[in-house]
Amino acid sequence: MTDPSAGEIVQFDNVGLRYGTDREVLSDVSFTLFPGSFYFLTGASGAGKTSLLKLLYLAQRPSRGMIRMFGTDAITMPRERLPLLRRRLGVVFQDFRLVPHLSAFDNVALPLRVAGVAERDLEKPVADMLEWVRLGERMHALPAQLSGGEQQRVAIARAVIGRPEMLIADEPTGNVDPDMAIKLLRLFEALNRMGTTVVVATHDVHLLKKVPDSLIMRLDKGRLSDPTGALRYPPRPHGGFGSRG
Amino acid sequence: MALKLPSFGSAGSAPELMPQGRLAGPMPWVIAIMVALTVIAAAAGLALSNTARNAADALSGGVTVQVVEANPVERNRQAEAAAKALRATPGVTTAEIVPQEEVERLIEPWLGARVGDGQIPVPALVDVRMREAVTGETLGALRRQVRQVAPAARVDAQSSWLKPVFGAIDSLQWLALALVALLGMALAAAVLLAVRTSLGTNRETIEIVHLLGGTDAQIARVFQRAVGFDAAGGGAVGLALGLVVVLFLGQRFGGLEAGLVQSGALGWIDWVLLALVPIAGLVLAMLTARITVLRALRKML
Repeated sequence: MTDPSAGEIVQFDNVGLRYGTDREVLSDVSFTLFPGSFYFLTGASGAGKTSLLKLLYLAQRPSRGMIRMFGTDAITMPRERLPLLRRRLGVVFQDFRLVPHLSAFDNVALPLRVAGVAERDLEKPVADMLEWVRLGERMHALPAQLSGGEQQRVAIARAVIGRPEMLIADEPTGNVDPDMAIKLLRLFEALNRMGTTVVVATHDVHLLKKVPDSLIMRLDKGRLSDPTGALRYPPRPHGGFGSRG
Repeated sequence: MALKLPSFGSAGSAPELMPQGRLAGPMPWVIAIMVALTVIAAAAGLALSNTARNAADALSGGVTVQVVEANPVERNRQAEAAAKALRATPGVTTAEIVPQEEVERLIEPWLGARVGDGQIPVPALVDVRMREAVTGETLGALRRQVRQVAPAARVDAQSSWLKPVFGAIDSLQWLALALVALLGMALAAAVLLAVRTSLGTNRETIEIVHLLGGTDAQIARVFQRAVGFDAAGGGAVGLALGLVVVLFLGQRFGGLEAGLVQSGALGWIDWVLLALVPIAGLVLAMLTARITVLRALRKML
């Protein structure tokens, strides 16, 4: 699954993050993500998973360290170039972040509209995607009219509709029933097989076993738990690195 | 303020990105009032400009000769002599003695009806028209010429009499211009405040669009479009209101039948300029919205 020769898609080097003058929520985080890999990011609540994901989906700049994404220095990159980089990502936010006054259809269509896809070209894929997450009949409902699980499925549909190069999901199965959780994981795996790098943050240890070929990064109090640097220099090209789930 | 997404796609059926409806809230009405006041101020400035220009054109080649002599026979003789000498002067097109009855009628409002009974000596007037505008040099030459035949004559350029009036008109024109500029600034300030409020209200949505890869320019365009729509609606209403007031005032001033006032009537170019006020307001509002949004977004990642 991991092919070091393909070059890294993301590289963190001694990254630290603090909010204001508080203590660092992430310290000395170094790792490399390779194209087409499937990663789980685990850790207890407050370990820094969401903060690490914010750095990954470019919602935050680190306080120190170096981040390269898709071969570009994401820290010194001018902010005018960030949107193009963000369009290569799909993000499922922990709090879904749906636009409250837009219907499920329009929320899912948002990334395509942002990318300039014509209305006539987005109707079918958006409808198909909503059908796939079993929301075909609720596509005109507003987020407030949807249950937590349904909102999460809309958020997932929005994240994958643009076939991103990297999918970042923060607790994507937290509000769905076990069947839907498995189905979503299968979707992520299918995307992964098509070449999408997947990063899923979860504190559900059972989930890790559902994707046997996944690689695991574990955060503990803002530090990656592998102190040997194996995450940065994967020792086994096809065997993963860090802890096995 | 309504914000829509059509610029992200090609079709016009995209939904509103921000929840408020178009032409909602006070913004279009604020713009309407600003545009109406600007139209009125601009019309006043243009009318004053026309007044000043027309009066200057009328007076620039005019010279008045007054013969101030108590003896009416001698006064008439000197007036005749001055008129004759002036007619023979190169550059003078006409030199006519103003009939004494007309002079008395003109000054009757100030001196009363007794002016006609000969008890108050009234100077004789000669109205002179020059081919070109009167300069200090030509005025000096005319004076020398006239005094040789009419020692009691005083020669003045007509434009010099209205100098204080022109000065006042000039000040009023600057005042109108300043008002237009101030109203433009007030319009920009109103748009700035509305856009900032809207940015705050819709911050979450803007962040989402940003994180989905939306550019600052796309988001700014959404705001520009919304402000443009408000400004177009408000501008049309403001123009209509302003024109009603200008037409009403024009009618009232026209009724005065005073030459100087009537010379300020607006020409078709002036009406075109007034029609451009809401367009200028639209451009200013959209530009203000764009700059405000771009500057605010620059602070976000």
